[in-house]
Amino acid sequence: MKARVFVTLKPSVFDPQGHTIVDALHSLGYKGVGDVRQGKFFELELSAASADQARALASEVADKVLANPVIESYRVEVE
Amino acid sequence: MKFAIVVFPGSNCDHDSYHAARHVLGQDAACIWHKDTSLKGADVVIVPGGFAHGDYLRTGAIARFSPIMPAVVDFARRGGPVLGICNGFQILLEAGLLPGAMLRNSDLRFHCEHVIVRVEQTDTAFTSSASVGQRLRLPIAHGEGNYFADPAIVRDLEASRRVIFRYCDERGDATAASNPNGAVNNIAGICNETRNVVGLMPHPERACESSLGSTDGLVLFESVVTTLAQEGAIRTA
Repeated sequence: MKARVFVTLKPSVFDPQGHTIVDALHSLGYKGVGDVRQGKFFELELSAASADQARALASEVADKVLANPVIESYRVEVE
Repeated sequence: MKFAIVVFPGSNCDHDSYHAARHVLGQDAACIWHKDTSLKGADVVIVPGGFAHGDYLRTGAIARFSPIMPAVVDFARRGGPVLGICNGFQILLEAGLLPGAMLRNSDLRFHCEHVIVRVEQTDTAFTSSASVGQRLRLPIAHGEGNYFADPAIVRDLEASRRVIFRYCDERGDATAASNPNGAVNNIAGICNETRNVVGLMPHPERACESSLGSTDGLVLFESVVTTLAQEGAIRTA
Protein backbone atom coordinates (compact mmCIF):
# COMPACT_ATOMS: atom_id res chain seq x y z
CA MET A 1 0.00 0.00 0.00
CA LYS A 2 1.18 3.52 -0.60
CA ALA A 3 1.29 6.10 2.15
CA ARG A 4 2.15 9.76 1.70
CA VAL A 5 3.63 11.77 4.53
CA PHE A 6 3.66 15.56 4.36
CA VAL A 7 6.08 17.18 6.80
CA THR A 8 5.80 20.90 7.40
CA LEU A 9 7.46 23.39 9.70
CA LYS A 10 5.33 24.36 12.66
CA PRO A 11 3.72 27.79 12.21
CA SER A 12 5.89 29.29 14.97
CA VAL A 13 9.09 28.38 13.13
CA PHE A 14 10.61 30.99 10.83
CA ASP A 15 10.99 29.59 7.28
CA PRO A 16 13.70 31.49 5.40
CA GLN A 17 13.40 29.22 2.38
CA GLY A 18 9.67 29.91 2.02
CA HIS A 19 10.38 33.59 2.47
CA THR A 20 12.98 33.53 -0.30
CA ILE A 21 10.54 31.78 -2.61
CA VAL A 22 7.90 34.48 -2.01
CA ASP A 23 10.44 37.15 -2.89
CA ALA A 24 11.38 35.28 -6.06
CA LEU A 25 7.73 34.89 -7.08
CA HIS A 26 7.07 38.56 -6.47
CA SER A 27 10.00 39.58 -8.60
CA LEU A 28 8.60 37.33 -11.34
CA GLY A 29 5.39 39.33 -11.20
CA TYR A 30 3.18 37.01 -9.13
CA LYS A 31 1.72 39.67 -6.85
CA GLY A 32 -1.11 37.44 -5.71
CA VAL A 33 1.16 35.10 -3.72
CA GLY A 34 1.02 36.00 -0.03
CA ASP A 35 3.05 33.45 1.82
CA VAL A 36 4.90 30.24 1.03
CA ARG A 37 5.95 27.59 3.54
CA GLN A 38 8.29 24.91 2.28
CA GLY A 39 7.90 21.34 3.52
CA LYS A 40 8.85 17.78 2.68
CA PHE A 41 6.94 15.01 1.01
CA PHE A 42 7.63 11.27 1.45
CA GLU A 43 6.09 8.40 -0.44
CA LEU A 44 6.24 5.11 1.46
CA GLU A 45 5.64 1.68 -0.01
CA LEU A 46 4.28 -0.36 2.92
CA SER A 47 3.34 -3.96 3.60
CA ALA A 48 0.09 -3.54 5.48
CA ALA A 49 -3.11 -5.57 5.64
CA SER A 50 -5.37 -2.54 5.79
CA ALA A 51 -5.40 1.20 5.29
CA ASP A 52 -5.59 1.67 9.07
CA GLN A 53 -2.49 -0.46 9.56
CA ALA A 54 -0.68 1.44 6.83
CA ARG A 55 -1.65 4.74 8.42
CA ALA A 56 -0.44 3.56 11.84
CA LEU A 57 2.88 2.38 10.44
CA ALA A 58 3.41 5.57 8.44
CA SER A 59 2.60 7.65 11.53
CA GLU A 60 5.08 5.69 13.62
CA VAL A 61 7.79 6.16 11.00
CA ALA A 62 6.94 9.85 10.75
CA ASP A 63 7.02 10.28 14.53
CA LYS A 64 10.31 8.48 14.92
CA VAL A 65 12.30 9.50 11.86
CA LEU A 66 10.67 11.58 9.14
CA ALA A 67 9.65 14.57 11.25
CA ASN A 68 11.45 16.37 14.06
CA PRO A 69 8.65 17.08 16.58
CA VAL A 70 10.47 20.17 17.90
CA ILE A 71 10.06 22.04 14.64
CA GLU A 72 7.83 19.98 12.36
CA SER A 73 4.37 18.49 12.20
CA TYR A 74 3.08 15.95 9.71
CA ARG A 75 0.02 14.42 8.19
CA VAL A 76 -0.46 11.03 6.59
CA GLU A 77 -2.50 10.05 3.54
CA VAL A 78 -3.05 6.44 2.59
CA GLU A 79 -4.09 5.34 -0.87
CA MET B 1 42.66 11.06 29.86
CA LYS B 2 41.24 9.11 26.98
CA PHE B 3 39.17 10.91 24.37
CA ALA B 4 36.81 8.95 22.11
CA ILE B 5 35.89 10.69 18.86
CA VAL B 6 32.88 9.15 17.16
CA VAL B 7 33.17 8.97 13.37
CA PHE B 8 30.12 8.80 11.11
CA PRO B 9 30.19 8.47 7.32
CA GLY B 10 30.49 12.12 6.35
CA SER B 11 32.12 13.38 9.55
CA ASN B 12 35.02 15.61 8.53
CA CYS B 13 36.24 17.21 11.77
CA ASP B 14 37.03 13.93 13.49
CA HIS B 15 40.72 14.17 12.71
CA ASP B 16 40.90 17.77 13.90
CA SER B 17 39.37 16.70 17.21
CA TYR B 18 41.75 13.74 17.42
CA HIS B 19 44.69 16.02 16.63
CA ALA B 20 43.70 18.54 19.28
CA ALA B 21 43.31 15.89 21.97
CA ARG B 22 46.26 13.69 21.02
CA HIS B 23 48.90 16.03 19.60
CA VAL B 24 48.13 19.43 21.04
CA LEU B 25 47.05 18.31 24.51
CA GLY B 26 49.06 15.10 24.57
CA GLN B 27 46.12 13.00 25.77
CA ASP B 28 45.18 9.49 24.77
CA ALA B 29 42.62 9.54 21.93
CA ALA B 30 40.86 7.08 19.64
CA CYS B 31 38.44 7.38 16.76
CA ILE B 32 35.41 5.11 17.10
CA TRP B 33 33.49 4.07 13.99
CA HIS B 34 29.73 4.67 14.25
CA LYS B 35 28.94 0.98 13.73
CA ASP B 36 30.92 -0.07 16.80
CA THR B 37 28.98 -0.45 20.01
CA SER B 38 31.70 0.29 22.54
CA LEU B 39 33.46 3.51 23.43
CA LYS B 40 36.45 1.43 24.59
CA GLY B 41 36.97 2.88 28.05
CA ALA B 42 37.00 6.56 27.10
CA ASP B 43 36.76 9.30 29.72
CA VAL B 44 35.46 11.96 27.31
CA VAL B 45 33.37 11.58 24.18
CA ILE B 46 33.49 14.03 21.29
CA VAL B 47 30.83 13.97 18.59
CA PRO B 48 32.60 15.89 15.82
CA GLY B 49 31.62 18.21 13.02
CA GLY B 50 30.94 17.38 9.40
CA PHE B 51 28.01 16.11 7.39
CA ALA B 52 27.09 12.74 8.91
CA HIS B 53 25.05 10.79 6.34
CA GLY B 54 25.24 13.79 4.06
CA ASP B 55 22.77 15.66 6.30
CA TYR B 56 20.16 13.63 4.44
CA LEU B 57 16.57 13.94 5.77
CA ARG B 58 17.75 16.40 8.44
CA THR B 59 21.17 17.11 9.81
CA GLY B 60 21.96 14.51 12.45
CA ALA B 61 18.63 12.73 11.96
CA ILE B 62 20.11 9.45 10.73
CA ALA B 63 23.31 9.53 12.81
CA ARG B 64 21.28 9.49 16.01
CA PHE B 65 20.24 5.91 15.19
CA SER B 66 23.80 4.65 14.65
CA PRO B 67 24.84 1.55 16.66
CA ILE B 68 27.34 3.62 18.70
CA MET B 69 24.70 6.04 19.97
CA PRO B 70 23.22 3.87 22.77
CA ALA B 71 26.74 3.75 24.28
CA VAL B 72 27.04 7.54 23.95
CA VAL B 73 23.61 8.07 25.52
CA ASP B 74 24.40 5.64 28.35
CA PHE B 75 27.73 7.36 29.02
CA ALA B 76 25.97 10.74 29.08
CA ARG B 77 23.22 9.47 31.41
CA ARG B 78 25.89 8.21 33.82
CA GLY B 79 27.39 11.68 33.91
CA GLY B 80 30.22 11.22 31.44
CA PRO B 81 31.39 14.38 29.65
CA VAL B 82 30.18 14.59 26.05
CA LEU B 83 31.04 17.45 23.67
CA GLY B 84 29.02 17.87 20.47
CA ILE B 85 30.71 20.19 17.96
CA CYS B 86 28.67 21.62 15.07
CA ASN B 87 27.23 18.50 13.36
CA GLY B 88 27.90 16.78 16.67
CA PHE B 89 25.67 19.34 18.40
CA GLN B 90 23.01 18.66 15.76
CA ILE B 91 23.30 14.91 16.40
CA LEU B 92 22.93 15.40 20.18
CA LEU B 93 19.81 17.50 19.55
CA GLU B 94 18.27 14.83 17.33
CA ALA B 95 19.22 12.17 19.88
CA GLY B 96 17.40 14.10 22.59
CA LEU B 97 20.50 14.55 24.77
CA LEU B 98 20.06 18.31 24.38
CA PRO B 99 16.76 20.20 23.87
CA GLY B 100 15.77 22.13 20.77
CA ALA B 101 16.58 21.85 17.08
CA MET B 102 18.64 23.48 14.36
CA LEU B 103 17.20 25.41 11.44
CA ARG B 104 18.81 26.76 8.28
CA ASN B 105 20.81 29.91 8.87
CA SER B 106 18.31 32.75 8.62
CA ASP B 107 20.11 34.39 5.68
CA LEU B 108 20.27 31.01 3.93
CA ARG B 109 24.02 31.36 3.56
CA PHE B 110 26.67 28.89 4.67
CA HIS B 111 28.85 30.84 7.08
CA CYS B 112 32.54 30.04 7.11
CA GLU B 113 34.26 32.66 9.26
CA HIS B 114 35.63 33.44 12.70
CA VAL B 115 33.11 34.60 15.28
CA ILE B 116 33.35 35.63 18.90
CA VAL B 117 31.45 33.77 21.58
CA ARG B 118 31.12 34.67 25.21
CA VAL B 119 31.49 32.00 27.88
CA GLU B 120 28.31 32.30 29.94
CA GLN B 121 28.85 29.61 32.58
CA THR B 122 31.95 27.89 33.91
CA ASP B 123 30.35 25.06 35.83
CA THR B 124 30.42 22.54 33.03
CA ALA B 125 33.14 20.00 32.32
CA PHE B 126 34.14 21.91 29.18
CA THR B 127 34.25 25.46 30.60
CA SER B 128 35.65 24.91 34.10
CA SER B 129 38.99 26.51 33.21
CA ALA B 130 37.41 29.51 31.52
CA SER B 131 36.03 32.62 33.17
CA VAL B 132 32.51 34.02 32.92
CA GLY B 133 32.40 36.62 30.18
CA GLN B 134 35.59 35.33 28.55
CA ARG B 135 35.50 35.91 24.81
CA LEU B 136 36.64 33.13 22.51
CA ARG B 137 37.44 33.70 18.87
CA LEU B 138 36.40 30.48 17.13
CA PRO B 139 35.74 29.48 13.52
CA ILE B 140 32.28 28.48 12.38
CA ALA B 141 31.41 26.57 9.22
CA HIS B 142 27.74 25.78 8.98
CA GLY B 143 24.59 26.24 6.98
CA GLU B 144 22.23 25.12 9.74
CA GLY B 145 23.26 26.71 13.00
CA ASN B 146 20.08 28.64 13.69
CA TYR B 147 19.26 27.22 17.13
CA PHE B 148 15.53 27.01 17.85
CA ALA B 149 13.50 25.79 20.77
CA ASP B 150 9.99 26.36 22.03
CA PRO B 151 9.90 29.72 23.89
CA ALA B 152 9.18 27.94 27.19
CA ILE B 153 12.28 25.79 26.72
CA VAL B 154 14.41 28.82 25.84
CA ARG B 155 13.19 30.57 29.00
CA ASP B 156 14.05 27.46 31.02
CA LEU B 157 17.51 27.24 29.42
CA GLU B 158 18.23 30.83 30.36
CA ALA B 159 16.78 30.54 33.87
CA SER B 160 18.70 27.34 34.63
CA ARG B 161 21.96 28.81 33.24
CA ARG B 162 22.23 26.22 30.52
CA VAL B 163 23.23 28.63 27.77
CA ILE B 164 27.00 28.09 27.79
CA PHE B 165 28.19 30.09 24.80
CA ARG B 166 26.61 33.16 23.24
CA TYR B 167 27.57 34.97 20.02
CA CYS B 168 28.84 38.47 20.83
CA ASP B 169 30.88 41.31 19.39
CA GLU B 170 34.41 42.27 20.35
CA ARG B 171 33.12 44.16 23.35
CA GLY B 172 31.20 41.14 24.60
CA ASP B 173 27.74 42.48 23.70
CA ALA B 174 25.33 39.91 22.26
CA THR B 175 24.19 42.05 19.34
CA ALA B 176 22.13 41.05 16.31
CA ALA B 177 25.10 41.87 14.08
CA SER B 178 27.29 39.42 15.96
CA ASN B 179 24.79 36.59 15.42
CA PRO B 180 25.84 34.75 12.26
CA ASN B 181 22.79 32.53 11.83
CA GLY B 182 19.71 33.95 13.57
CA ALA B 183 19.91 31.60 16.55
CA VAL B 184 17.44 32.59 19.25
CA ASN B 185 19.02 34.76 21.97
CA ASN B 186 22.37 34.49 20.14
CA ILE B 187 22.71 30.97 21.54
CA ALA B 188 25.91 29.33 20.26
CA GLY B 189 26.05 26.45 22.74
CA ILE B 190 24.06 24.86 25.56
CA CYS B 191 24.33 22.10 28.14
CA ASN B 192 21.98 19.49 29.52
CA GLU B 193 20.36 19.52 32.96
CA THR B 194 23.22 17.63 34.59
CA ARG B 195 25.74 19.91 32.85
CA ASN B 196 27.92 17.09 31.48
CA VAL B 197 26.73 17.24 27.87
CA VAL B 198 27.66 20.39 25.97
CA GLY B 199 26.87 21.22 22.37
CA LEU B 200 28.17 24.21 20.43
CA MET B 201 28.16 25.27 16.78
CA PRO B 202 31.66 26.85 16.63
CA HIS B 203 34.76 24.64 16.27
CA PRO B 204 37.10 24.76 19.27
CA GLU B 205 39.15 21.86 17.83
CA ARG B 206 40.07 24.13 14.94
CA ALA B 207 41.31 26.86 17.27
CA CYS B 208 44.01 25.08 19.23
CA GLU B 209 47.09 26.21 17.35
CA SER B 210 48.16 29.75 16.49
CA SER B 211 48.92 28.75 12.88
CA LEU B 212 45.16 28.25 12.44
CA GLY B 213 44.36 31.77 13.59
CA SER B 214 43.27 31.27 17.19
CA THR B 215 44.12 29.18 20.22
CA ASP B 216 40.94 30.14 22.08
CA GLY B 217 39.48 26.66 21.60
CA LEU B 218 42.12 25.07 23.83
CA VAL B 219 40.29 26.08 27.00
CA LEU B 220 37.43 23.62 26.29
CA PHE B 221 39.86 20.72 26.07
CA GLU B 222 41.97 21.87 29.02
CA SER B 223 38.82 22.28 31.10
CA VAL B 224 37.65 18.71 30.65
CA VAL B 225 41.10 17.28 31.34
CA THR B 226 41.36 19.35 34.54
CA THR B 227 37.80 18.56 35.64
CA LEU B 228 38.33 14.83 35.17
CA ALA B 229 41.68 14.93 36.96
CA GLN B 230 40.06 16.65 39.93
CA GLU B 231 36.78 14.79 40.09
CA GLY B 232 37.78 11.40 38.72
CA ALA B 233 36.76 9.90 35.43
CA ILE B 234 33.50 8.12 34.73
CA ARG B 235 34.66 5.13 32.78
CA THR B 236 32.70 3.98 29.80
CA ALA B 237 31.51 0.38 29.56
